[in-house]
Amino acid sequence: MLYEISKGSLASIKAFGIDFLLSSDWIPNPPGGGSAILGALPAMYGSVVTTVLALVLAVPVSLGVALFQTELAPRKMRFPSLFLIEMLAAVPSVVYGLWGLRILIPTMRDYVNPQLKSAFGFLPLFTGSTNGLGMLTAGVILAIMIIPYGSSVMREVIAAVPRSQREASIALGATNWETIRTAVLPFARTGIIAAVVLAMGRAIGETMAVAMVIGNVARISPSLFLPAETIPSVIANEFTEVAGNDIYLAALFELGLILFAIAFIMNLIGRVTITRLSFKVGRESFA
Amino acid sequence: MNPLLSLEKRRGFGNSLFAVLATACFFLALIPLISILYATISNGASALNYDFFTKITPPIGGVGGGILNAIEGSLVMVGLASLIGIPIGVFAGAYLAEYPGKLAYYVRLLAEVLTGVPSIVTGIFIYELIVLSLHHFSALSGGIALAVMMIPIVAVSTHESLKLVPSSIREGGLALGLSRSKTLVYILLGAARSGVITGIALAVARVMGETAPLLFTALGSQFMMTSLNDPATSMTLLIYNFGTSPYENAHTLAWGAALILLLTVLGLNVIVRAASRLKMKGGTEQI
Repeated sequence: MLYEISKGSLASIKAFGIDFLLSSDWIPNPPGGGSAILGALPAMYGSVVTTVLALVLAVPVSLGVALFQTELAPRKMRFPSLFLIEMLAAVPSVVYGLWGLRILIPTMRDYVNPQLKSAFGFLPLFTGSTNGLGMLTAGVILAIMIIPYGSSVMREVIAAVPRSQREASIALGATNWETIRTAVLPFARTGIIAAVVLAMGRAIGETMAVAMVIGNVARISPSLFLPAETIPSVIANEFTEVAGNDIYLAALFELGLILFAIAFIMNLIGRVTITRLSFKVGRESFA
Repeated sequence: MNPLLSLEKRRGFGNSLFAVLATACFFLALIPLISILYATISNGASALNYDFFTKITPPIGGVGGGILNAIEGSLVMVGLASLIGIPIGVFAGAYLAEYPGKLAYYVRLLAEVLTGVPSIVTGIFIYELIVLSLHHFSALSGGIALAVMMIPIVAVSTHESLKLVPSSIREGGLALGLSRSKTLVYILLGAARSGVITGIALAVARVMGETAPLLFTALGSQFMMTSLNDPATSMTLLIYNFGTSPYENAHTLAWGAALILLLTVLGLNVIVRAASRLKMKGGTEQI
């Protein structure tokens, strides 16, 4: 897989070299004829911003969900609560995209964005037009999509904290929250970080939902309201437009290569950490 | 005021605050699920009529029409993916369980990492590997792209279920003089049957909802296919193409397709989880 994708991107690597990663111009068909100028910076910027945004929104909620499921939910509620979150994970991403386009975007445009603008408009983050298509909406959708994933991995690692650890804390008279804060979370910390890394790998590779709501404009701007693009959304949107333009095709392959490398490394780190951890606490494996 | 009492109050308050926040996170995560289900059902139900299931998609901007070709494409490509992906996945999983060791550990890790590779990367991989060498888009390459996604999912779940089979069962088979491979096929896979089937069903549901790997392999089409060499569309491609187009009729069809897709995918998930829940009852508490 790596070989085939590298082969496909060879022409672009040769033509643009390191500039591919540093240039912010994306002109596949220059009006004057000339050869294409392609730089991946806007796509990488969009990927980083939307992923960070998604993590900022999703990590606290995922942790809350995981703690609710492991520590708070009454026995009878436990299965339904797992089940509903699983359903959220099972919704196909293109359906998230359709929902984002038709339901979330109008909501963001009419309610959320104007509110943010009037409250924090002095920050460059919240300026410009608020038509709903943009990095903020993409970040919100990504957050929703990675919550079930992040929370299920976090739940596994929290459930793997040895009983004795909790019991010791409870025996000292600690409340539920104090037990979690002083005994459970420190023990599960590595695993929770691994869960965040895995969720990040997922967010950065998510294609369809993002491609449908982000607006797809190769631009770097500080405002979260403005349309942008991410690495996978560029590939999805432009792949069918490359006919005959070999260097353009190769550039998209190179984007795919970058994406593959990032996602692969993140998953590797996350998985290895979790496998190690599971050996440490003496459980065979986490599915 | 007694300082001890105020400390006591503060601790109690911290505990309640935690409980409220974690519970709020859980319900917050459910809002999008409810909104997606509501939007899809309310918008999609009106699209369902006789034509919807018996006619092919109208040209962009056209009126009426149905999604017969998309249903056909989804079934054919997912069927093809299952034919290729299930046997390979099951045997890979069986290998992991039967011959544990350094190699199996790395293969398992690789399979887990591969499940996290963005699906669009799988798409461009198959494009480079198959579409470019056959010089045309086809249902065949779409099915293969989906199979590539299925294999690691099925392999990991098969491995997990085989690990749960007690070794006494394996020893029983071997003691009867069965060869190692016959023991595996007739006894171990039989004993792990329900887990293996659960994994397969979840993998089928997962690839049924995939869009990104089909974008540059099956491409999409407005007609019924006559052979596997034809380009094909799928429900997911239709949701993407029609959902992002500016026409009202196209949106209606997209919502209708989203409803059918959600019913299928969530239905599969519900059946599988309910079945494994029934089996678990009385047994271990794990989900």
